[in-house]
Amino acid sequence: MAPLLEVSDLRIHFQTDDGLVRAVDGVSFALERGRTLGIVGESGSGKSVTSMGIMGLHEGTKARITGQIRLDGEDLVNASPARVRELRGSKMAMIFQDPLSSLHPYYTVGAQIIEAYRVHNKVSKQVARKHAIDLLGRVGIPTPETRVDDYAHQFSGGMRQRAMIAMALSCDPELLIADEPTTALDVTVQAQILDLISDLQSELGSAVIIITHDLGVVAELSDDILVMYAGRVAEYGSAADIFGRPDHPYTWGLLSSMPRLDQDRTTRLVPIPGTPPSLIRVPSGCPFHPRCRYTELVGGRRCETEVPPLREAVTPGHTAACHLTADQRTRQWAELPASRLADDAQAPEAEDPEAREPV
Amino acid sequence: MIYFIIRRLIMTVFLLLLVSLITFAIFFLVPRLAGQTTYQLAAQYVGRNPIPSEIKAVEVKLGLNAPLYLQYGRYIKGIVAGIHYNNGPDVSYCPFPCFGYSFRNQQPVWPQLISDAPVTLSIAAGAAVLWLIGGVSIGVLSALRRGSFFDRLSMGVALAGVSLPVFFTGLIALELFSYKWPIFPNVHYVGITTDPLLWARNLVLPWITLAFLYAALYARLTRAGMLETMGEDYIRTARAKGLAERKVVVKHGLRAALTPIVTIFGLDLGLLLGGAILTETTFSFPGLGQFTILAIQNQDLPEIMGVVMIASFFVVIANMIVDILYAVVDPRVRF
Repeated sequence: MAPLLEVSDLRIHFQTDDGLVRAVDGVSFALERGRTLGIVGESGSGKSVTSMGIMGLHEGTKARITGQIRLDGEDLVNASPARVRELRGSKMAMIFQDPLSSLHPYYTVGAQIIEAYRVHNKVSKQVARKHAIDLLGRVGIPTPETRVDDYAHQFSGGMRQRAMIAMALSCDPELLIADEPTTALDVTVQAQILDLISDLQSELGSAVIIITHDLGVVAELSDDILVMYAGRVAEYGSAADIFGRPDHPYTWGLLSSMPRLDQDRTTRLVPIPGTPPSLIRVPSGCPFHPRCRYTELVGGRRCETEVPPLREAVTPGHTAACHLTADQRTRQWAELPASRLADDAQAPEAEDPEAREPV
Repeated sequence: MIYFIIRRLIMTVFLLLLVSLITFAIFFLVPRLAGQTTYQLAAQYVGRNPIPSEIKAVEVKLGLNAPLYLQYGRYIKGIVAGIHYNNGPDVSYCPFPCFGYSFRNQQPVWPQLISDAPVTLSIAAGAAVLWLIGGVSIGVLSALRRGSFFDRLSMGVALAGVSLPVFFTGLIALELFSYKWPIFPNVHYVGITTDPLLWARNLVLPWITLAFLYAALYARLTRAGMLETMGEDYIRTARAKGLAERKVVVKHGLRAALTPIVTIFGLDLGLLLGGAILTETTFSFPGLGQFTILAIQNQDLPEIMGVVMIASFFVVIANMIVDILYAVVDPRVRF
């Protein structure tokens, strides 16, 4: 069966007064029903713009979008705005980072869910209201029949995000995009929301894209991970591969800069030097080269002049855009402290029946 | 909510008392502090070449020789309960609400205010409808087509609108549409009960003139508000639901952008009800505005007091209504 969502060579460029912003530059991935894809990257890496492109929410801005986005075989890039609007909210839905500002302050939470449901379903207000109450109950809001008439400011942060999820799920979407769904929430609530998303996903069988800069979040939920850097894909593979055997220096940097509970407290976190590049003047060659420690290993000035293609290095289906050879990557990764932690983390997983299968 | 309204009403009474006290002080106390005697004050209301005994009589009749606090007390009592005036041989009763008698024409002030108020109300209400609809729709369209020819044109016109005074645009309108092309000939005020059609026809020019000024202001306000709200996250959410763009703009964008507009609208309308001075004078409409001008020209203190009280009453009430409306418009506001 064809994947639910197929994105190939997606490019989203914005013409601004300062120059052309290449927010997304040749991104490809595929997502099947029931699977979760995590898109990871720093601010400005193009992860949110990618999701806006899929949802068609760039309409009205000066974005130029090329490439292909196929939802259930239907091309969205060249579809009419009216058709994309029809799909938006019904077949694909989205939840956003800050649930307080994402909910309208002047309408009750119930009214907003009812509205979302009635855009795509010709039902009476009473029926829609019952549906809204039912949805609020399903996302774990206590006494939904009274909370349905509350405003967003009367909800707590976690409840607001639950309400957002209820709204997104109102039309049983096949694709759910969660853009930084837990960033604005307390840590304890974060876990609850992530659990809720994964529970609902297994219940509904939808495909989920989680966009985040938090590796902990993707580790918990994702089947596959797409690491983005400067609008391009740095590395793409299964979660086990990305965490267990990452192949790109940028991913190494991300993993090394992540604090872990099982880490010795004397071990210092290793930040990635430098700052994310401007998307108007993306560095030549490999966009990561100005911040990369391994350019000398590649030799010559290849990193500065030649754009590394995204290719399989070691494991099948796991690709990375880096000039380092497979051997070099294996050796360099093994030398990093983060790799030992990854090994430790992998060890208990071996007990998992699923993890044992390929053996 | 009920408690809030009651509290506000009590506040209103105190506020109006304060206004009356200040106005009274300005017109009665300050001249006296500056050295004016009650004899001099009375002399203004006697006529040409008065003889001192006449002036003395007027001074007594108007009660100017009484201590100021007593005068003020009598004034307030008149407003609240009505009052008896001792005119020498006869005693006249000025019923509630009594704003005193005009020093000039000896008529009670209140009936004059009441008879002039419909003129002002006609001008203000009609213009308010025009400017609210016109200003808000132009503002919304401008915001949605930011930077377009329409946006630049309407904002240019709006700039002209806020800069040009009513007596300028009003006279131009009169010259063009009443004299050169007599579409609205012989503009004068006709009561709505006398002839509703003529009433409306004669009010078109004042409405447009006054609305032009305010519509310009409201267009700019709405445009700024819409530009801000259309960038909000909840607009993105509304789009993500798959709502039609029109619904996103009106139901989600305008709804939020309208809150500050409602506030300013209430205050502007309240202020105007106290007298659209420039418009009324330009078109010679006998409303509260013209009443005010005449009162000031004649130094008719009771009339000035009366019109200030009426105007501040409208402003204070408008303020209260705006505050109540605020809670209706924005559910986050609670009293």
